[in-house]
Amino acid sequence: MSLVLTPPEETTSRPADAWCAAPPVTDAEAKLPDWYRDFQSAAWDRFTALPVPVRTNQAWRFADLTHLRFDGFTPARPVSDSLAADLVARAVSGRPAEFAAHFVFANNRLLHAETRGLPAGALCLPVAEALASHSELIRPRFLRHDDTLGGEKFAALHDSATLSGVFLHFPKGCVAEHPVIVHHFVGGEDAVIFPHTLIVAEDAAQVSVVDFYESIADGEDTLVVGVADLEADRGGRIQYVALQDLSENGAKQVHLQHTRAGRDAAVKVGFVNLGAEWARSECVSRMVESGADCQIFAANLANGAQEYDQRTLQSHEAQHTTSDLLFKNALYDRSRTIFSGLIQVQPGAHHTDSYQSCRNLLGSDEAEANAMPGLEIDADQVRCSHGSTTGAIDDEEIFYLRARGIPADEARKIISLGFLHGAIEKLDGEALQDLLFARVERKFAGLA
Amino acid sequence: MSQSLKIDNLHASVDGHEILKGLTLEVPKGEVHAIMGPNGSGKSTLAKVIAGHEDYVVTEGSVTLDGTDLLALEIDERSRAGFFLAFQYPHEIPGVSNANFLRAARQARLPKGEEIDAVAFYREMYAKMDQLGMDRKFTGRSVNEGFSGGEKKRNEILQMMILDPKYAVLDETDSGLDIDALKIVAQGVNAMRSPERGFLVITHYQRLLDYIVPDVVHVLSDGRIVKTGDKSLALELEEKGYDWVTKELAAA
Repeated sequence: MSLVLTPPEETTSRPADAWCAAPPVTDAEAKLPDWYRDFQSAAWDRFTALPVPVRTNQAWRFADLTHLRFDGFTPARPVSDSLAADLVARAVSGRPAEFAAHFVFANNRLLHAETRGLPAGALCLPVAEALASHSELIRPRFLRHDDTLGGEKFAALHDSATLSGVFLHFPKGCVAEHPVIVHHFVGGEDAVIFPHTLIVAEDAAQVSVVDFYESIADGEDTLVVGVADLEADRGGRIQYVALQDLSENGAKQVHLQHTRAGRDAAVKVGFVNLGAEWARSECVSRMVESGADCQIFAANLANGAQEYDQRTLQSHEAQHTTSDLLFKNALYDRSRTIFSGLIQVQPGAHHTDSYQSCRNLLGSDEAEANAMPGLEIDADQVRCSHGSTTGAIDDEEIFYLRARGIPADEARKIISLGFLHGAIEKLDGEALQDLLFARVERKFAGLA
Repeated sequence: MSQSLKIDNLHASVDGHEILKGLTLEVPKGEVHAIMGPNGSGKSTLAKVIAGHEDYVVTEGSVTLDGTDLLALEIDERSRAGFFLAFQYPHEIPGVSNANFLRAARQARLPKGEEIDAVAFYREMYAKMDQLGMDRKFTGRSVNEGFSGGEKKRNEILQMMILDPKYAVLDETDSGLDIDALKIVAQGVNAMRSPERGFLVITHYQRLLDYIVPDVVHVLSDGRIVKTGDKSLALELEEKGYDWVTKELAAA
């Protein structure tokens, strides 16, 4: 039985910090370990105590906080069986041909699981199941990251409620050839979901995961508060991709991603934002042992009144660590993007090699791209560079394509797609690249 | 209707400065004409004006392609009408693969709703790349990005072969090429010479014309054609230098 939270009956407007009136509960009867119940209530207390973000806070600079009114949001209700079948079919048609496992969640509940392509020894379970069956394995790594980039209130809300999403545990030397695909659907007026992804790659293990975030229907006010935590131990390799393709009308998302890369570990993270009226994304990449490498890429296509707010931290905490960040935003109409990125070289993290670049392509005079690249260095023999560029499509590029007979609109489209492709092609796996690029193209076709 | 690329009394300016000052010449179908001239004489301006670059304003005169008024057409319409410009400095288009670019250019020539035959297209592209000694890896690489000077020029010739124009202007295609690259590019052009096609080869140096032998040579100076002759004119020019053009011919 599921317990749905009812909003208070009062009709007067509540203070903005109300957000949720009571701890959101997805499934009151789920068998959960006591430590997790305690953890949830502590998170709820944290959530209620934390202030609502304000724009004077540097971590929310440039953000349009009118998107932060979440009064009346309720945990999403289960979908009907026929809708569930439709959603699974939709997810199946949208996945790559080859995959290690495929999970489909809708409104916080598991609809579908296929795990036929997993390597021996790999554990890949819905979070709720893992809490029941592998409580001690998940416990030390689950919801342990509290270093957000301004989204701590959202992190606390997520922690107090999450039960959907997947826990992957790849033991030493365990390698998956193909990605694990996870679909998260949200639907119903004022519905909120809390999808979680926890990936642990032990020594020399290798795993790739793609989270798809999609709306069940267009035009509903919904909220996704998602978290993705990645931990790569010695020589471990993780690729994680979050494709956000929610409804442009009414859907909002907060996505908090955290990476902890150990010795000689390599973690690659990709963000593709196409949908949602507002999406906030935080990405913390910690290179905690020498030789760790983090690469972070984003391809965002914003139009209408969409706002994508992305904050990143590349934290170099050991010697000989490397990182590379490339965020690309293509903006149309009155859309806005915010990029705030910091490279932090901690004391003693000598021989750090770090790069950060945000590039914005403006397809309209009314679009607004904000970029705040930053650098803090507290070590020696460090190579760091960062920068951002913002501009319209180069007239000479358009001329070149038109001189080959390609009409002006088509030329602009080809150049913009190529611009975003430049970030997508940094990810591993041609099939995955093709799939992501096809989604970008699909949105583009609708822009006209 | 004349079967030619005909430029008549063309005046064009950029930022208010007149660069072309009444340029007239006609390239009949099936012929290869060369234009030589010193730096600043207006060679590249001519190429860009015919292609339709928006920085240049045509103040007088006409350009017709087999009787069609080219100047009345949009940039992309000129290309689809059968005009091709091989750029002196081909632009880089990051993230757009060479194959997709060529395919889009071919697709633009099909009637609306008709899809290009991808298999046939790739077969044709590979055959033409082989002819130009281009590695297959260039299909997947972004247009001109990270290409050497010679690779860029070869890529221009590949585009010309794929688009099969009626008239082509080659704007200093020889610049920046070593002799081997020059020979390959010239072979590509020579393979396309036909009674059905006209070429206008713009160059600063006579060397290119050893490999692409022109039917007619024009000398351009200060925005006008000041002398026209056969291929021996190029040799004479090479021998006497451009001073000869600027001092004697321009004064004449």
